Amino acid sequence: MMSLKDIAKGEDRLSGGHRLCSGCGAGTVTRLIMNASDNPAVVGAATGCLEVSTTIYPYTAWEDSFIHNAFENVAATISGAEAAHRSLKKQGKLKEADEDKDFIAFGGDGGTYDIGFQSLSGALERGHDMVYVCYDNGAYMNTGIQRSSATPKGASTTTSPAGEEVPGKEQYRKEMTDIVAAHGIPYVAQASPFKPNDLIRKAKKAFEVDGPAFINVLATCPRGWRSKTEESIEITKVAADTCFWPLFEVEDGEWTLNYKPKEKKPITDWLERQGRFKHLFKPKNKHMIEEIQEHVDKRWNEILKKCGEAEEE
Amino acid sequence: MSEQVALTGNEVMSQAMRQINPDVVAAYPITPQTAIVQTFSQFVNDGDVDTEFVPTESEHSAMSATVGASASGARAMTATAANGLALMWEVLYIASGTRLPIVMPVVNRALSGPINIHCDHSDAMGARDSGWIQLYAENAQEAYDNAIQAVKISENKDVMLPTMVNMDGFIISHAVENLNLLADEDVQDFVGEYHAENPLLDSENPVTVGPLDLQDFYFEHKMQQAVAAENVKDVVLEVAEEYEELSGREYGLFEEYKLDDAEVAVVALGSTTGTAKTAVDNLRENGVKAGLSKIRLYRPFPAEEIAEALADLEAVAVMDRAETFSTTGGPVFADVRAALYDMGADVEAVNYIYGLGGRDLKVEEIESVYKDLEEIVETNTVEDRVQHLGVRE
Repeated sequence: MMSLKDIAKGEDRLSGGHRLCSGCGAGTVTRLIMNASDNPAVVGAATGCLEVSTTIYPYTAWEDSFIHNAFENVAATISGAEAAHRSLKKQGKLKEADEDKDFIAFGGDGGTYDIGFQSLSGALERGHDMVYVCYDNGAYMNTGIQRSSATPKGASTTTSPAGEEVPGKEQYRKEMTDIVAAHGIPYVAQASPFKPNDLIRKAKKAFEVDGPAFINVLATCPRGWRSKTEESIEITKVAADTCFWPLFEVEDGEWTLNYKPKEKKPITDWLERQGRFKHLFKPKNKHMIEEIQEHVDKRWNEILKKCGEAEEE
Repeated sequence: MSEQVALTGNEVMSQAMRQINPDVVAAYPITPQTAIVQTFSQFVNDGDVDTEFVPTESEHSAMSATVGASASGARAMTATAANGLALMWEVLYIASGTRLPIVMPVVNRALSGPINIHCDHSDAMGARDSGWIQLYAENAQEAYDNAIQAVKISENKDVMLPTMVNMDGFIISHAVENLNLLADEDVQDFVGEYHAENPLLDSENPVTVGPLDLQDFYFEHKMQQAVAAENVKDVVLEVAEEYEELSGREYGLFEEYKLDDAEVAVVALGSTTGTAKTAVDNLRENGVKAGLSKIRLYRPFPAEEIAEALADLEAVAVMDRAETFSTTGGPVFADVRAALYDMGADVEAVNYIYGLGGRDLKVEEIESVYKDLEEIVETNTVEDRVQHLGVRE
């Protein structure tokens, strides 16, 4: 296992000078994933923050080959690249240096949970040897903080604004990691930047398996979350400690919990650090916080059960 | 070496694809294209081709995967029709804007709604400005020949644009025709090996494809694409010449049928041109100086050449198998009329929209178009510039 120190010493495959915001989780997640790959890669990105910030012509932050096609089709695009590689390799048309490659697709929650959902599901079912990484910042941040199906309940976004009648987003986020796991692919994981070693270990596993792998990583967006940029990593720890964002992996259908907080923190610890939830602390919205807490508790218990960590009843 | 066979248009198109032996085919079935994908899947699973087949969950993903494969350095193909082409729309522009030489048979079918599975050109005509080269065929032989030539046209370094190989749904795709197939090795020699200039798979020379291209460069890149489109005509003719040497079959930008001394003529594309030839022959027997211009290369549009071929006519009728709802006529009409205007040609041009949703167009109906033209010449007046032919009103 590569240590964090070794990873930090390695050459960056996503170079500095890109235009991601300060405190943005997507850049951190991408660098860690890229540095966990042992092969030259073909990287795809769905339209979104990562794509627009790293490839403004005539510049590119990518040391590997990179392709952006459109918003909803990064999985299909990388599946085509992977099929091309398989075909040319089989026909003996590749140079030796090109025989071992990693195929990586990056998408935000918009490009993954919503508009790119079908393309992703299709690619997973077809079994392409590729790693799909979702940097989940819980809204369409690139276009200015609109709700997605990954936006947590109660969050104020520009299309689910906290109003006089409606206190932000009314629906719970969908559990994309579970949905991907239901495809029965070899490797699925949920990870977080506050545990870089865990994230790197998961990325390495994802690269190692034969067939599709999916990693869903919580990625702070200080602009959209109305959080402090210097707290971007810390806040992802709070997400795990409150059990809002559990860390787990699913290997060939086997669920494993990777992080159990010493003491499960109340969801308010997570909510109060972010301006997008500020309105929930008004007395009239108290019920929202209670509902969110109940939902998190229920979800956490389900995860514990799936991972064989539930206490005997 | 070639072989005489009796096959449907779809069968012969799958044979063309087998002989081209692309590295990747990503496709989704849709009527009336389905048989192409089915037959080709059989070739893949029988080991008759080296192709990796990617059976996507939609046409949008089919075109997206084809783009990914082509950008990676593979010779990549797909095939579609109608709503499938409509679903690809967004990525069509990305394929051409990224300068990927993808070849795609399009089995022309009416776009919904209402839903209809039969032939018209609303699918391909809607995509006429997507930056793809468009070739049209009168019959299955031409569709086959166009598919093989398309590979060479698209991959030409001065072009590097994708091509739609159009073939009328059912009329060509499902009818059995007597035709000639080239030998496999002749097709392989003709298309040659594909060597991409900057493939994603070249680890020593990593490349960023599809970057964000803003005010300072986007326009220049579109200009380069426009220049590539300008180059297409010459390349189509070069490839046609080379293909004629191989097959003995002659191709151009368009075909002139008894046009030399014609006074009235029809301009059309697709399978209707076969029917129109019969009408021309019948009328010629009765002393009418009728002719036909059959467009093969519709995009980019060979305006000057077509206008020149039509310039000495008295009147011309342009046939469109697609509505634009502009109330000023169909797409081919707009192009032909503009070309005549630029030429300063004194030719009356009228438009007939026909055959929507697979409505059959009979020889007599085309003959009636020529009769209308004769009347226009005689009276020197055009009563209806744009008419709908063969419809109950």
